[in-house]
Amino acid sequence: MSAYLDHAATTPLLPSVRQVLAEAWGRTGNPSSLHAAGRAARRVVEESREAVAGALGARPSEVVWTSGGTEADNLAVKGLFWGRRTTAPERRRVLVAAVEHHAVLDPAFWLAEHAGAEVVLLPVDGEGVLDVGALRAELEQRAATTALVSVMWANNEVGALQPLDEVVALAHRHGVPVHADAAQAVGQLPVDFSASGLDAMTVSAHKTGGPGGVGALVVRRDAPVTPVLHGGGQERGIRSGTLVAPLVAGFAAAVTESVSGLDEHALALAALRDDLVARVRAAVPDAVLRGPADTGRRLPGNAHFTFPGCEGDSLLYLLDSAGVEASTGSACQAGVAQPSHVLLAMGVDEADARGALRFSLGRTSTAADVDALLAVLPGAVERARAAGLVGGALDAATPVEVAS
Amino acid sequence: MRVLAALSGGVDSAVAAARAQEAGHDVVGVHMALSRQREQHRTGSRGCCSIEDAGDARRAADVLGIPFYVWDLSERFERTVVADFLSEYAAGRTPNPCVRCNEHVKFAALLDKALALGFDAVCTGHYARLVAGPDGVPALHRARDAAKDQSYVLAVTGPERLARTLFPLGDAASKDEVRREAAARGLPVASKPDSYDICFVADGDTRGFLDRALGTRPGEVVDTDGAVLGSHDGAHGFTVGQRRGLRLGRPAPDGRPRYVLAVEPVRNRVVVGSAEDLAVGWITADRAVWYVPAPGAEPVDVLVQVRAHGTPVPAVVRLRDGVLDVRVAEEAGLRGVAAGQSLVLYDGDRVLGQATVTGAGRARRAPADDAPPPGASADALAGASGEGR
Repeated sequence: MSAYLDHAATTPLLPSVRQVLAEAWGRTGNPSSLHAAGRAARRVVEESREAVAGALGARPSEVVWTSGGTEADNLAVKGLFWGRRTTAPERRRVLVAAVEHHAVLDPAFWLAEHAGAEVVLLPVDGEGVLDVGALRAELEQRAATTALVSVMWANNEVGALQPLDEVVALAHRHGVPVHADAAQAVGQLPVDFSASGLDAMTVSAHKTGGPGGVGALVVRRDAPVTPVLHGGGQERGIRSGTLVAPLVAGFAAAVTESVSGLDEHALALAALRDDLVARVRAAVPDAVLRGPADTGRRLPGNAHFTFPGCEGDSLLYLLDSAGVEASTGSACQAGVAQPSHVLLAMGVDEADARGALRFSLGRTSTAADVDALLAVLPGAVERARAAGLVGGALDAATPVEVAS
Repeated sequence: MRVLAALSGGVDSAVAAARAQEAGHDVVGVHMALSRQREQHRTGSRGCCSIEDAGDARRAADVLGIPFYVWDLSERFERTVVADFLSEYAAGRTPNPCVRCNEHVKFAALLDKALALGFDAVCTGHYARLVAGPDGVPALHRARDAAKDQSYVLAVTGPERLARTLFPLGDAASKDEVRREAAARGLPVASKPDSYDICFVADGDTRGFLDRALGTRPGEVVDTDGAVLGSHDGAHGFTVGQRRGLRLGRPAPDGRPRYVLAVEPVRNRVVVGSAEDLAVGWITADRAVWYVPAPGAEPVDVLVQVRAHGTPVPAVVRLRDGVLDVRVAEEAGLRGVAAGQSLVLYDGDRVLGQATVTGAGRARRAPADDAPPPGASADALAGASGEGR
C-alpha cells in the first residue's frame, strides 16, 4: 500500500491538464512576436488569462503571470513596498503575519536589511489565526508609516484560515494595501479576488493540479507595484520575461477544473480529512492536532499533528519506507528540518515543534490512503519515540562546559 | 541487513554506500548536519558540513537510487565535540575532535538512532577493517592502505558498537582505487578534493577560532628553569612540540631551536626547551576501551600510537587501578606526547585497546615501578593534534 499525503507540497497533474500541455508544447511561437505563430501563442495566453481571471473573480487585466508563487509573493511584497515609498517615503513599515510562508517573510526581511523597511510580525493565537487586535493597534498607531499588509488566505502548515475580511476592512480604512498568498486556498476554498477586496493575491498552478513553474499575481490596476524583473516589458511592464504559452494554458485548465464543482469536492475532502483526524487520534491518543480545532476554519485537506517525544524526520523516514508520503510541513534548508516558525509563533515549544507531521489531502485522495497511513502510523510513532529519546540523551561522562 | 549509510558528501562515504548496496544490503543514506550556521559553499578542501556537501551527498544517493535524509545532529555535535575541543584547549590539553565525534556522534547518537529506527548497522567511508571473531565480537584492524588507515580515530568506538558497523573501504588498495570506482559508478563526487583540517573551523584558522571562543590572555614564555624568554596572547594557542610562532627575541644560548615542552593554563605559562626535552619515556592514560581482555599488573609488549598518522613504537604496558602505565624506550624517538591525546595499542595491525593520555615524561624522570609517575597532572602537559575523522 502506498499513499501520497502531501498535496500541500505539490499535487498530481490533472489528466486534462496533461492533455492541454502535451498539445501546447507542440506549437512554436513567442506571444510577443507579431507573426502568425506569435499571434496564436498570444491568443492562448490571453484566453488563459481570461479563464484564470474568471475562475478567481478577477478581471483579465489584473492577472500578471509569474514563474510561480514565490515570484508572485516577492513581486507583491517588494513591488508594493517600493511602489508606496515612491510617492510616500515615510511608508516603510511592512506588516506580515508571523505564520507567513518564507516567500513572504524573507522578502520582507530582505527589504529591512537592504531597503530601509521595518518588518512588523503580526502575532497569531494558539490555533495559528491572526490576532486582528494586534493589526488594529498597529494601524491605529502608525498607519501613516505603513507601506503594506500581507496576510495569507490559509496557512500552508496548520491549515488555519485567516480573517481576511477584517484585515482588508481595517487596512483600507487606513489607506494601506493588502496582499494575500492564496496558493493553498485555490481549489480547496472559494476564492473571489474582487469580493475579497484584496489589492494583490498570489496563486500557483502546481498546488491545484497544474504544472510547476507558473503562477500569477492577481493585482488591482490601481495598486502601485514597482517591477522586480526588468526586460522586455511584458505584463504591463510589471513582470518582464517571455510568456510560456503552454504553462499558462495548463495553469488555466487546472484552475478552471479545480473551481468547477468546488463545493462538493471540498465537502468530500473535509469528510475524508475528519476521518483521518479521528483515526489518528484514536490510534495515537497523545497526538496533538495543531491549527483550528473547528475543522470548518481550516483548509479541508489539511491535518497537522505533533507527536510528543518523536522527531518529525524520524516519522517521515518510517512512513516513507512504508510507502506513506507526508511532510514535517516546515521549511527546509538542504533538508535539515528546523522547528517550524509557524508552530513557534503559535506558542508551541521547540521540543514539541520537532515532532510535527502534516498530512495534506487533495483531489486524488481516497479512503485507501487514510487506511494506508493508519496501518503504519502507530508502529512508526512507537519506533520514532524510542529513537527520539536515544538521540536526545547525552552521555553522563561528556564534558559540556568550557573551563575558562 | 538494513544499513544506514552515513554520507558526508565526499567520495569515500559514497563508494562505501555503493559497496554495501552491492553486497546485498538494503541501504538508506543519511547526511549528518553538524553545524547550525552552515556555510553555503565549500571553501577549498576545508569543512565537511556545508550545504553544498549535503547537496553532494543527496546527489550520490540519487545515483545509487537509495532514499536520503538529513539528520540534524548539530546540537549534539556542539555540546560534545566542539565544547570538548574548547574546554580541552582551555585546560592546556590537546584534543582530537575526530575521535570525540566518533565517540559521541557517529557511533553513538547516529548509531543509536539508526538502531532504534530499525536499522541493523551503520556504514561509513572510514578506512579500517573489521574482522569477525569467533564469538561475533569484531576485531578492528588497520586498513589495507596504510596511508589512509583510520583505525586510530576509530579505536575509541569499542567492539560492541563496531559489531553494528560496516567499513566497506577497509580492503581498498588506495584512495585512487576508490576514486576510480566512484567514477565508474557515475558518482559525481569522484574528483571532489579530500577534506583536511577540523571540519568546524571552516577557514582552517584553528588559532583564530580558539582566540574568538576563549579570548586572549597574555602570559609568559619561560625556559625549564623558569626564566622569562618572551610573552604570548593565550596559552591555548600552543601545543607541545610546537616550534614555530614562539616569538622569542633572543636565540637559545646553544643556538638550537626551541620547542614547546608544556602548556600551563593555570599559571598561564608556556614552557619551552630543547628537542631532547621533548623525548618521552613514559605515558599514563585512562578511560580505556578494550578489544581484548584488559592487561593486569604484568607487563605486556605492544605497539603504541599517539597521533592519527604517527609511527607506532614498541612499548610495555600494564594496568593498575584503571590507569594505563606505558613505558617506551627512549631510543624509539617518541616526542611531544600531550594530555588529551588518544593512545591506541596495536598488536601488528590489530587494535588491542585505546585510552586517553593523562600525562607523559622523559625516561630519566620515570618513577619507581611501585609509584605513580610524578608530574602527570594535566596542567604540565599538552601536545599536537592529529588529523582523522
